[in-house]
Amino acid sequence: MKRVLALGIARGLLEIKQFNRQRESVVFTVAFPVILLFIFGSVFKDEIAPGVSFSQYFVAGMIASGLVNSGFQQIAIMIPVERDLGTIKRLRGTPMPAASYFIGKGIQVLYSMLLQLILLMTCGKLFFKLELPTQSDRWLTFLWLVVLGTATATILGIAFSAIPKSGRGASAVVSPVVIILQFFSGVFFVFTQLPQWMQHFAAIFPLKWLTQGMRYVFLPDSFASQEAAKSWELNKILLNLVIWLVVGTFFAAKTFKWSSDK
Amino acid sequence: MSAELVIDIRDLKKNYGEKSAVAGVNLSVRKGEIFALLGPNGAGKTTTIEILEGYRKKTSGEISVLGIDPSAHISKESERKWREKIGIVLQTAGDAADLSVEETVNHYAKYYSRARSPEQTIDEVGLSDKRQAKIRTLSGGQRRRLDVALGIIGNPELLFLDEPTTGFDPEARRAFWELIRKLRDEGTTILLTTHYLDEAEELADRVAVITQGRIMEVASPKTLGGRDHAMTEVSFLRHGVREVIATATPTSEVARLEREFGGEIPELSVKRPTLEEIYLRMIGSVQ
Repeated sequence: MKRVLALGIARGLLEIKQFNRQRESVVFTVAFPVILLFIFGSVFKDEIAPGVSFSQYFVAGMIASGLVNSGFQQIAIMIPVERDLGTIKRLRGTPMPAASYFIGKGIQVLYSMLLQLILLMTCGKLFFKLELPTQSDRWLTFLWLVVLGTATATILGIAFSAIPKSGRGASAVVSPVVIILQFFSGVFFVFTQLPQWMQHFAAIFPLKWLTQGMRYVFLPDSFASQEAAKSWELNKILLNLVIWLVVGTFFAAKTFKWSSDK
Repeated sequence: MSAELVIDIRDLKKNYGEKSAVAGVNLSVRKGEIFALLGPNGAGKTTTIEILEGYRKKTSGEISVLGIDPSAHISKESERKWREKIGIVLQTAGDAADLSVEETVNHYAKYYSRARSPEQTIDEVGLSDKRQAKIRTLSGGQRRRLDVALGIIGNPELLFLDEPTTGFDPEARRAFWELIRKLRDEGTTILLTTHYLDEAEELADRVAVITQGRIMEVASPKTLGGRDHAMTEVSFLRHGVREVIATATPTSEVARLEREFGGEIPELSVKRPTLEEIYLRMIGSVQ
């Protein structure tokens, strides 16, 4: 167990080193949400509730979808590429435990997530009147949302990586899933203004719940009355993330492919 | 032979649906030898090797690789211990392009409990002056040498080398052969596949020829396909026309010709069959 963790951390540090050296991926995963924030924040300046501007609402959504971008999207695209390159097959031939590989991926996701969070929160505060929470229970919720959200998104990314047949086609398979979920989950629009069927569909997946959780963290408590259930539903958020974490782990372990040949 | 067997395969079969890729292979590799597996593409070479490496599961048959059947269900702990003793150099890999040679070798050393010194390993594969170089900047041959470094970093008892010198220049091949012989002298057992017959001849203690999923013959490179008894070709020019005589006694044949020509024989050549010719003849006979 100690060895699995030690090698997992070693892999995580190596992955971070590689990530930092791939300028395009740093820009894509870290700066892209910030660019979106500037576009949407500049276009929609209205207040959607007393004391809550759309850009504040949007920052909360972007932070949540950052977890999905750097976890699910990045990993589900990266693994098929690594499969094509033979990285994973080579690793499979060493005594490195499979779990260490997954831990390494989680660490790298957490790292790119932190970069993204710092950038989003700084820009949100400087340009879009984002209020950082002052109560410790909000920060505590923020912490478990980030940690649990990262774990769930990463493991679902690993599970989903079995679907793209090649690294080249991976982003075409993965990105639409993420973009559709973002539209359905109240990242780009106010969730309660979406059609009912969209809301119900989005409620199956974690992004809607992560977004809601981030609104709890970053919006005034009075906004709870504007939510679909008229409350923050923190326990439901926790439940949804845990269920997907378990389901994702099951599928990741079952379907993970070590190489791209049959 | 009572020598310890590192690999022992009995009647190994692998089917993909109706198609049979490996149709009953028997093979033994002794401790400390370099064993080359030769065969045309699609003969079942890679499938056999990947079953031995644990990448694919057999359909039937008995396998022992360092005492373990990699197709059987084994505990994580015994698989780890087994993998500690095995080194694999795959055919192609293009990974970790953004890391340096040193970073990559150092990292892989962490996976093994009895790893070689990364520094020394980099020297041995001839990448000393490329330590800091990013992998993406390496030439094909240099990349291949890095693959070998990663294959041997764990100090394996058994090393799989799948077409290791593809893309090497002649000088790099010689250096690479030296390295492989050195590993053998240190006690490493090596299973090699290659398309270069001269490489098999240089390195291998024994070779096996596989065609259509079966082993045709196992022998030393000197005796494969009856090579040691094969006819020698003596060729020369008579009245401007090349004549070829196949003979089992080339020395007396040349002596006879010398008397006939009363001295120098025009454009004389005496050629024993190369391993490649024997191999192609064997392959040709089944196709």
